[in-house]
Amino acid sequence: MGAQLRLLRRRIKSVKSTAKITRAQELIASSRIVKAQQRMQAAVPYEREITRAVSGVVSNTASVDHPLTVAKEQPATAGVLIITSDSGFCGGYNANVLREAEALRGLLEERGIRAVPFVTGRKGVTWHTFRSREMGGRWEGFSRRPSYADAKEIAGTLIESFKENDGIDEIHVVYTEFVSMLTQQVIVKRILPLEVEEAEVADEAIPPYFEFEPTAPEVLNSLLPRYVESRIFNALLQSAASEEASRRRAMKSATDNANELIGVFTRQMNQARQAEITQEISEIVGGANALADAAAGKE
Amino acid sequence: MVIAKTVDGEIGIMPKHAPVLGVLVEGGVLRVKRDGEDDLVAAVHGGFISVANDDVSILAEAAELGSEVDIARAKDALQRAQASIEADQEDADARLEAKRAAARLRAAGEEV
Repeated sequence: MGAQLRLLRRRIKSVKSTAKITRAQELIASSRIVKAQQRMQAAVPYEREITRAVSGVVSNTASVDHPLTVAKEQPATAGVLIITSDSGFCGGYNANVLREAEALRGLLEERGIRAVPFVTGRKGVTWHTFRSREMGGRWEGFSRRPSYADAKEIAGTLIESFKENDGIDEIHVVYTEFVSMLTQQVIVKRILPLEVEEAEVADEAIPPYFEFEPTAPEVLNSLLPRYVESRIFNALLQSAASEEASRRRAMKSATDNANELIGVFTRQMNQARQAEITQEISEIVGGANALADAAAGKE
Repeated sequence: MVIAKTVDGEIGIMPKHAPVLGVLVEGGVLRVKRDGEDDLVAAVHGGFISVANDDVSILAEAAELGSEVDIARAKDALQRAQASIEADQEDADARLEAKRAAARLRAAGEEV
């Protein structure tokens, strides 16, 4: 009996320390979500302006013949940018992204397009190396705090490969959109050839007729890469916030489970202790009775 | 009035200006003239100027307000960049760096 008590006490102790760790992780994640959201907010004005500028140019020059906007008739390869996290402990976050990426890969292959993954985040990179998938590019170490320079580097690699003759013909991105603290959604989007998002500017008046300094194609030349960078930066920021939100949720349910387990173990321990006491009493009473009987027999 | 430097040359934007989208030069100085107030001056490195509906927006890859420039550091950066240009005439990075440092100094009101 004593053995069972000791065992339960040991388990409670270990579950308690687990709960302490997950609780700390949960609190860290909560404070990081706020920071990630602020970073997302800070990037909004730049993004809105650049989207407006790009849609202004594209709507002004109806026949923009720019390599970044023209879709190839027979695309052969597509680059898929997959944004995952560097560290685990974030529930289904990475699994969801990778599942969508696989679905996209299947879709592309149905159309006869070879998909080349470009992966950010250690989890995604490990996933791909484990399956010996060849990657077009890999980046690690900034999933929680992406900087604009990171987005620029990724965009540079993608655009470079896009411009090459036998490089990729399309660029898709798979990331997790931060809808709210409780909802995050995996989004699959094509970023090249460009589909300028009209929805964001639809409520404004018809875009004015622009003059260009120096010329429309040259403006596009320098504007479009910046636009792609800002889209990728937005995807990275959204993913960072989503990562922390899923981590917070995963850690919260881990803490709740641990606390429930502690309750169950405590009850089992009380029962075991009570059983032990009851047995001891009945042993003492039994022994005393036997002694009394023996004494009565002698007289 | 907003004065900026595009790759074609300086451009001054007054109210009711026609819509324009221009590419800004690396290491340019942006000047906003305001009524009854001091000019707002900033060093702007690359990016765009877009004018539409009496709204001027400057999209820059990096920018710094003239009043926030650390003059000693900018001078230091300029000297370092010039030294590496002298050592290697083809050093494009150093040339860019020199332009940026010069723009920051000009924005801060220093003579370069």
